[in-house]
Amino acid sequence: MCAEELDFITKYDLLGCIQCGRCTGGCPVAMRTPLRVRCFMYDTQNEERLEELSERPEIWDCTTCYTCAARCPKGLEPLEVLIGLRSIQIEEGRVQPTVRDALESIFKDGNPWGSPRAKRLDWIKDLEVKILEPEAEETTDVLLFICCTDAYDPRVMKVAQALVKVLQAAEVDFGLIGEDESCCGSEVRRLGEEGLFEMCDEENVELLNSFNVNRIVAISPHCYNTLKKEYHGLKHPVLHYTELVAQLLEDGKLQLKGEIPKVVTYHDPCFLGKQNDIYDEPRYIITRIPGVEFREFDRCRERSLCCEGGGGKMWVESESKEERLAEIRVTDAKELGAEVIAVACPFCLLTLEDATKVKGIEEEMRVADILELLAEAL
Amino acid sequence: MNGKPKIGVYVCHCGTNIAGVVNVEEVVQFASTLPDVVVARNYSYMCSDPGQALITDDIEKFGLNRVVVASCSPRMHEPTFRKTLLSGGLNPYFLEMANIREQCSWVHEDPIAATEKAKRIVEAAVVKARRLEALDVKEVDVEPACLIIGAGIAGIQAALDIADAGFKVYLVEKSPTVGGHMAQLDKTFPTLDCSACILTPKMVDVANHPNIELMTYSQVEEISGYIGNFEVKVRKKSRFVDMDKCTGCGACAEVCRMAGRIPNEFDEGIGMRGAIYLPFPQAVPAKYTIDKENCLFLSKGKCGESPKCKEACQAEAINFDLQDEIVEFKVGTIIVATGYDVFDARKKPEYAYGVYDNVLTALEFERLVNASGPTGGKIVMLERGKKKKKKEGEEVEPPKVPKSITFIQCVGSRDKSVGNEYCSRVCCMYTAKLAHLAKDKIPDCEVTIFYMDVRAFGKGFEEFYDRVRREGVRYIRGNPSEIFKRGDKLVVKAEDTLTATPLEHETDMVVLSVGLVPRSDNREIIDLLKLSQSSDLFYLEAHPKLRPVDTASDGIFLAGVCQGPKDIPDAVAQAKGAASAAMIPMASGKVKVEAQTSVVNEATCRGCGFCVAVCPYTAIELVEVNRNGWPVKVARVNEALCKGCGACAAACLSGSIQQRSFKDIQILPQIQALGVK
Repeated sequence: MCAEELDFITKYDLLGCIQCGRCTGGCPVAMRTPLRVRCFMYDTQNEERLEELSERPEIWDCTTCYTCAARCPKGLEPLEVLIGLRSIQIEEGRVQPTVRDALESIFKDGNPWGSPRAKRLDWIKDLEVKILEPEAEETTDVLLFICCTDAYDPRVMKVAQALVKVLQAAEVDFGLIGEDESCCGSEVRRLGEEGLFEMCDEENVELLNSFNVNRIVAISPHCYNTLKKEYHGLKHPVLHYTELVAQLLEDGKLQLKGEIPKVVTYHDPCFLGKQNDIYDEPRYIITRIPGVEFREFDRCRERSLCCEGGGGKMWVESESKEERLAEIRVTDAKELGAEVIAVACPFCLLTLEDATKVKGIEEEMRVADILELLAEAL
Repeated sequence: MNGKPKIGVYVCHCGTNIAGVVNVEEVVQFASTLPDVVVARNYSYMCSDPGQALITDDIEKFGLNRVVVASCSPRMHEPTFRKTLLSGGLNPYFLEMANIREQCSWVHEDPIAATEKAKRIVEAAVVKARRLEALDVKEVDVEPACLIIGAGIAGIQAALDIADAGFKVYLVEKSPTVGGHMAQLDKTFPTLDCSACILTPKMVDVANHPNIELMTYSQVEEISGYIGNFEVKVRKKSRFVDMDKCTGCGACAEVCRMAGRIPNEFDEGIGMRGAIYLPFPQAVPAKYTIDKENCLFLSKGKCGESPKCKEACQAEAINFDLQDEIVEFKVGTIIVATGYDVFDARKKPEYAYGVYDNVLTALEFERLVNASGPTGGKIVMLERGKKKKKKEGEEVEPPKVPKSITFIQCVGSRDKSVGNEYCSRVCCMYTAKLAHLAKDKIPDCEVTIFYMDVRAFGKGFEEFYDRVRREGVRYIRGNPSEIFKRGDKLVVKAEDTLTATPLEHETDMVVLSVGLVPRSDNREIIDLLKLSQSSDLFYLEAHPKLRPVDTASDGIFLAGVCQGPKDIPDAVAQAKGAASAAMIPMASGKVKVEAQTSVVNEATCRGCGFCVAVCPYTAIELVEVNRNGWPVKVARVNEALCKGCGACAAACLSGSIQQRSFKDIQILPQIQALGVK
């Protein structure tokens, strides 16, 4: 390991930390796991302890929701220290088999789900969608960047299908990358596989820049965040679908005729809200669906509760026996009198839907992406 | 004094500061060979009395008419040696300093090279000295009056000191009453003095002092001029109440149709007022004010059949036709004491201020514990925005008393994420005080303070902190990260960092210890007075150590929190300092103005205005003159405003504007002598 990688103090500005405790205080998993991110901000200042600290199982409890960084009064990013420690483990090949398989699958097939590239477009089924040609002369307005989870997961692919229907209804000129589309690498970076993430960054930027489009619209907040903030040299502007759809509604290009007479609440995805300050657009969309009675969670917007789906947690099993945050979330929704929890993220969809089953309320509590509701209201 | 220059050169050892590196004997030897140098000497400390005596003796003995002192930076001792020349009978501007300390001996190690450089510097000074001109030091009269902007405790104290010394004071306050934030406080830390009891006598004094002209509900609109002679224009906003007739009886406020419907600023919005109001019972002046934005008659043109206040006023003081009044006057000095705002807690959305009724700012809580506040000093749970039930016979539930109160420190202080890196200095102690008062008023209340560091640095602070802890106030080290709700309890999410225990602390009421921030309307004063701001955006003092009440502009001083967070005794001390500083020019009656000012050659000036644009003191303006029968614009310097910075001379394309003592014909040969061709 080279000295540069070891220099945690400089890399994470550890000497700027005043140990105020806002990071751990805000950490959504602190109450259910042994993770105390503030202690890592202190302990990792001792270079000799890095190896030992990287072996602590709780570094894998972090969901990279970013609350610790958002609350830090000194502008530090404590979660990055945990990712740095994960890197040490990854580099030495000491990772859970599920993580290893996901990373290998990304390297080989461009997705973490162990599925072949050839099946990447299976979700389209009988929908007619333009597949973009690189270096095309004609400009297409929107490139849809489909998350691997939307492309391969049988539940989540319904969200991607809904997006296609909504954009077609609004007569948006859009296209897909097709089978060459690869994982954005958001989870790769957060699992600590820096080298593989660099590859995702380089290859995806080259691929995306080859298309003649006005803008890229990502379906997942995780892809959106990575494309927008972590890639180097991407020339197209990046939007989350809620930004595009809110604009379509505002411009009158998208008409909603159907009714959804339900009490709907909205769960803010961390990567959309806390990390990118997109709070208003999803609410704008939901409240324009005819028939919807919208109710806010008590813990909403900047104070929203993480679903524990990010930070590679889809491939890391937590040892905690405490109630999962997603379970707390669906219970809160039930107490709120909600019938539908609307989400805008594939991971939130999976974790919350799973939680309704664990709590045995899947019959009375629906978890749906905003896009699914929209498609039904067309 | 004209005729052939006779120059004396004096090389200072400055102990070993200079002589330790530079061979001063050699420099003297060299200087004595330069043209027009009549005498060259060295001495251990030129600034000492015997050092200065060398110069005065030589002036007499050799008939010197120019003096070069090779020593330290002119910032240090130029004033010293100018006085030496003056006492030797020479114009003080015949002095040239050669800086062979900061610019030579302190920054070089090689004695040979350093000595050579010292010779160059001395030669350049001699070359310039030959071309120096005598300058007149002008004096201007000082108007023996002071404008004080802001009538909080700092403005009040400064006004009283200056007025007691016999000078006229114009005290201008934006709000309808004097008193500022101190008037809102219940007790003061750490002595627990009643804030109103110690403040109100001073409030009454400023209103009654024969030397103070108090203008409340007023704003400074224009200031021009310079030290000694500032012209001020103040807008006295109409209160729609005749100040001479109003007796302050309050009959009007009782009948106002808007009574109890407008959040009272003085109560931080937790108490209500009407459109005609007195901010609080001890307000000075005790005169009512109509807030025209909320008055039905003034904003909508109709208030029932006729305005009830007018009917109720026996003194016939209410007059809806009263207009704003513009007052103009002249002062010699100005003290800025505009105070602060408290941090807007909405900028920390994780604390849900504005979402939950019982998340309060400390200033709101201050009003809640204050006997003259909206609850008469009872600490009760708030129900904000709810209209009181008016139905007859319906039982109104008495407000609940909190069983637990939790304070959160450093809200908006020491926090880069909101751009406030500084510590607000007062929150640790006011929190301890409020916690004490909470415990005092509700003994079985569980009071908790979440903190990251307790800064108890002042007189009696640590002792007070000890006392409050022993009273049972629980201090938990860890700054909370979030507030949410569980049932009817607020949950404070934090970590006890001393035991690394994450907590979900349940409580009835949360008080946010908000920091102090520059006023949101700071810009108005900055534009009026050309004040600078430090990186924290408070007004910048002239020197952080040695000129803490001065500004970069002569005659303008700072007092109180507008310069940076401070507690009451510090604000009072600074106010007394500013008063004393402002009185110096007023007492002497005259001030010297800079002699090394700019001068325009109107014959060659093209009137381009570059100098006007670059002048930081607005000392230059373009005026029209007659040039051979043609009207042309040329620059003209107001010498009273010019500080001699030289920016105009550097900007001038035609060389028409020159700075005295730094004219091209003086400094170009000097630069050449340094070896620049």
